[in-house]
Amino acid sequence: MPQANVVMNVRKISNTVSIIDIKGDISAFAEDTLMEAYAEASTPTTRTIILNFGELEYMNSSGIGLLVTLLIRANRQKQRLLAFGLSEHYKHIFELTRLNEAIGIYDSEEDVLALTQKS
Amino acid sequence: MTTSPLPPDEEQASQPRDVAYWAKQGSTFKVSYAPSGALNLNVDGRQGLSPLQGFGQMWQKTYRIRLEGANIQPTEVIKTWKENFPKFWPKGNRFYAPLTGIAPGEVALLNLSMAGGMALSTGVLVLYADDESFTLMTPQGHIFAGWITFSSYEEDGSTVAQAQVLIRANDPVYEISFRLGGAKKEDTFWQYTLTALAEYFGVEAQVQTQRICVDPKLQWSQAKNIWHNSAIRTTLYRVNTPVRWVGRALRRKPETKN
Repeated sequence: MPQANVVMNVRKISNTVSIIDIKGDISAFAEDTLMEAYAEASTPTTRTIILNFGELEYMNSSGIGLLVTLLIRANRQKQRLLAFGLSEHYKHIFELTRLNEAIGIYDSEEDVLALTQKS
Repeated sequence: MTTSPLPPDEEQASQPRDVAYWAKQGSTFKVSYAPSGALNLNVDGRQGLSPLQGFGQMWQKTYRIRLEGANIQPTEVIKTWKENFPKFWPKGNRFYAPLTGIAPGEVALLNLSMAGGMALSTGVLVLYADDESFTLMTPQGHIFAGWITFSSYEEDGSTVAQAQVLIRANDPVYEISFRLGGAKKEDTFWQYTLTALAEYFGVEAQVQTQRICVDPKLQWSQAKNIWHNSAIRTTLYRVNTPVRWVGRALRRKPETKN
């Protein structure tokens, strides 16, 4: 079976905020990597998980499905999912699939962190 | 300082590899081709849906069949599946493929048979299509809110064909019908389709089915989706057919000359 062509790095910004930096491809093969990253990013006090798509190179429809299941998992833990670093192409994909209605999208890490500090 | 635009080949190289595989337009459905015999209802102008906009429990269901003994590559399976998609459907259910075939952004009409002799006219949009998979997105009013992905891949020396749905029932009426046998009927539909696909390649095999309830909660804020329910609207359309015939006849009635 093909290997996942993706690397994810978790940064814990504070007790309540974590960032998952995504580099590579998000497809069905990225499921284990994504869920492991989420498990590392999510603590009992985490309230916001931020996905950094700045180095996303490829995403297919199975990859979008993974984001939906990740969103459900996060919501079940009373966490919100935010994102930044999407190119214009991937912003279009989020709008087309209507994921933008559930995952807040921001232009930069500074913008999204400013939001988390306000709330 | 001004920056020159990139040469076309460099601009293409800077794009993600998946650009060509996604639908280019927004998620509003537009029917560009309605074949003769197709009932074109409940599609034009409807918004496309992800599972997040549905009402019912969210399910991920995976149907897989191993094409043991068939010396065929995943890309050939998907090519054949796209070209013959309606042929593998159970009788009584019609998929009217777009003129250009299953390609990103195209909209297909569906005329489905439901329990109790009811018919349902709806459609799907090709959200994504590459050489090894394609995904259909449902519109408002469809039985489900969500996506279904058809794919093929190699596993342990065999080629596998798979259909995977990530869906919620669109409104409370559909959710009730799911729980009263509709879910089983849906399983049967895709098991039939995969079995027919395998037989096309000369393979007899069992379909493996996996069901995961991703979210057991109902989204009551989406109960209003019932306004678009395509089964109810198709039924009302059919019931009103005699009224439409009379109306047309009256409008054509010639004037009497004195």
